Amino acid sequence: MTKDEKGERIPLTIADSDAQAGTVTIVFMEVGKTTRELGLLQTGDSIMSLTGPLGLPTHIENYGTVVCVAGGFAVAPVMPIARAMKQAGNKVISILGARNKELIFWEEELRSVSDKLIVTTDDGTYGRKGLVTEPLKEILESGEKIGLVVAIGPSIMMKFCAKTTQPFGVKTIVSLNPVMVDGTGMCGCCRVVVGGQTKFACVDGPDFDAHQVDWDLLATRQRTYLEEEKQAMENWQCQCGKHS
Amino acid sequence: MPRQEAAARAKNFKEVALGYTPAMAAEEAGRCIQCPKRPCVAGCPVNIDIPEFIKAVRDGKMAEAVTVLKKTNALPGICGRVCPQESQCEAQCTLLKQKAPVAIGRLERYVADWERENKAAMPPGAPLPPPTGKKVAVIGSGPSGLTVAAELAKKGHGVSIFEALHVGGGVLMYGIPEFRLPKEIVQNEINFVKSLGAELVLDAVIGKCDTIDELLAGGYDAVFLGTGAGLPMFLNIPGENANGIYSANEWLTRTNLMKAYLFPNYDTPLKVGKKVAVIGGGNVAMDAARCALRLGAAEVYIVYRRSEAELPARKEEVENAMEEGIIFKFLTNPTKFLDDGKGWVTGMECIQMELGEPDASGRRRPIAKAGSEFVMNIDTAVVALGTTPNPLIAATTIGLKTTGHGTVVADETTGKTVKDKVWAGGDIVTGAATVISAMGAGKRAAADIDKYLMGKQ
Repeated sequence: MTKDEKGERIPLTIADSDAQAGTVTIVFMEVGKTTRELGLLQTGDSIMSLTGPLGLPTHIENYGTVVCVAGGFAVAPVMPIARAMKQAGNKVISILGARNKELIFWEEELRSVSDKLIVTTDDGTYGRKGLVTEPLKEILESGEKIGLVVAIGPSIMMKFCAKTTQPFGVKTIVSLNPVMVDGTGMCGCCRVVVGGQTKFACVDGPDFDAHQVDWDLLATRQRTYLEEEKQAMENWQCQCGKHS
Repeated sequence: MPRQEAAARAKNFKEVALGYTPAMAAEEAGRCIQCPKRPCVAGCPVNIDIPEFIKAVRDGKMAEAVTVLKKTNALPGICGRVCPQESQCEAQCTLLKQKAPVAIGRLERYVADWERENKAAMPPGAPLPPPTGKKVAVIGSGPSGLTVAAELAKKGHGVSIFEALHVGGGVLMYGIPEFRLPKEIVQNEINFVKSLGAELVLDAVIGKCDTIDELLAGGYDAVFLGTGAGLPMFLNIPGENANGIYSANEWLTRTNLMKAYLFPNYDTPLKVGKKVAVIGGGNVAMDAARCALRLGAAEVYIVYRRSEAELPARKEEVENAMEEGIIFKFLTNPTKFLDDGKGWVTGMECIQMELGEPDASGRRRPIAKAGSEFVMNIDTAVVALGTTPNPLIAATTIGLKTTGHGTVVADETTGKTVKDKVWAGGDIVTGAATVISAMGAGKRAAADIDKYLMGKQ
């Protein structure tokens, strides 16, 4: 989506949709200028451009038991996946983790589509204290047969979920979030390396086999514009200060 | 043609060519001897009535010149700037052997610019015929799509142009830089096409939002595929995914479409280092290199594996690039990218080439000279090797025939594909080529689509 004529094109995940009402629901974390600007919009406001659905849809199948791991705001993209997996006949165990109590949301929504829900916070202010990888490891160690793990969240969280499941040989899917521009496969900005091959996350993904992803490359490419992001944010805050 | 002086223009995105004055235009138009053979017309991919519009300019009848031009060419402001006239109309000019061909391209540009600045002086266009009730879906708002839309709208057919991006124009907007083709001109041409009755639907990614079959089932009588060749080719050498290495598409899209040259006023950034290497020798490589200069790079290189004689870019653009200070490294081929250990590119290992026998393209084949490896210190690289069609349409359309290169198979004369009610033209059929050849294909396809819609086939 692009907010206005001067805005940047950014990829966000569709969390839910209502074809009858003609709506899509998108949840986003305010991390920089664009997302903060979006956060200031009121009901009835409009944005310049929105297109989708882009990328390949998540593959839904009856795997038996699926563990869905949502890191922070990523409960938004995880929710429809958990729901679809449940509808396909899977037993769904969900793990929802955030840094603290304030960042936990859609807990009941996720619980309603899961057979079991475990909530964690890094600081212990809500649910179980710890990282999502801890209950994930316990589930795998318990001997229960897990057909698939889906992990979505910050890159570092997805990387450690992959490391956690790898020794158990459980298929793990992650949703990669490199920097993107057009989102339709024309520029290659979103190049990731999976299984030694270069892929465009916007058209070949965003879902990929977690054990094949070059996580270090993803992390460095995501840092390409850190300086510019900071500058844009500072400029914007300065501007806001003038107008308030 | 007066141009901005090289040192100054290498620092701004304003148009390089300054255009003729009325006196210059009249003088140049007067050089045309209005020869009876008119070989220039056949040399033009859209067969503009060249002697007619030139005569009108010579006689000061500007509105008439515009009318003649627009009869066959819906996008004259664009052609006058980016057509390789030197290998088309001007190459056929009777005066070529004598002094110099008539500067047909410059005159076309002059006429188009006059029209844009003197809209009030133009008589109202010919009234459109009554609506035929037929509906055509044009996929892509680049040069071929806009041409098809204009031609069909002029015949009274309902036309919807579906554009994936948030702005129309295709390569005209995202690819060709502001200093070669001002975006205001592109928008003006798009507005003209819309004024003929064509509808432009933005943010419509056909193949994702709707498929071709869904469009046909939903009431469109015919579909034209003008989605171009937007998939970038990479070198596929080690280190190519390091930070600071871009496809030309990304480089140009950030710069031209998203206006990264105006960051932070515009939100999309582009990281331009001090030493930029652009790999490739076509018009896109020239564009990317000249953008790099304007974006503040201290040294910009064109790295090309053949020699100057084989460069596919327009001579005019190569000249402009050289004048602006871009350094050309011929007979050089990258083999590997080097990085700083933190993921940023710091160098490019290259090997020197020599030319052997001609290959399939007819150009002499570059062969690596053993033992001639060397390292170029760079902090930014732009890979401008060419593009192929985005596979999305072919992958989501049943019954379309494609080649190994990803191009769609279509009849050369009519643009008709093997799929019922589907035509195609431009880069999606030919692979990356020119704006004007896409327009020519658009005209031919529109004529065939019109015949089909009116039951005349």
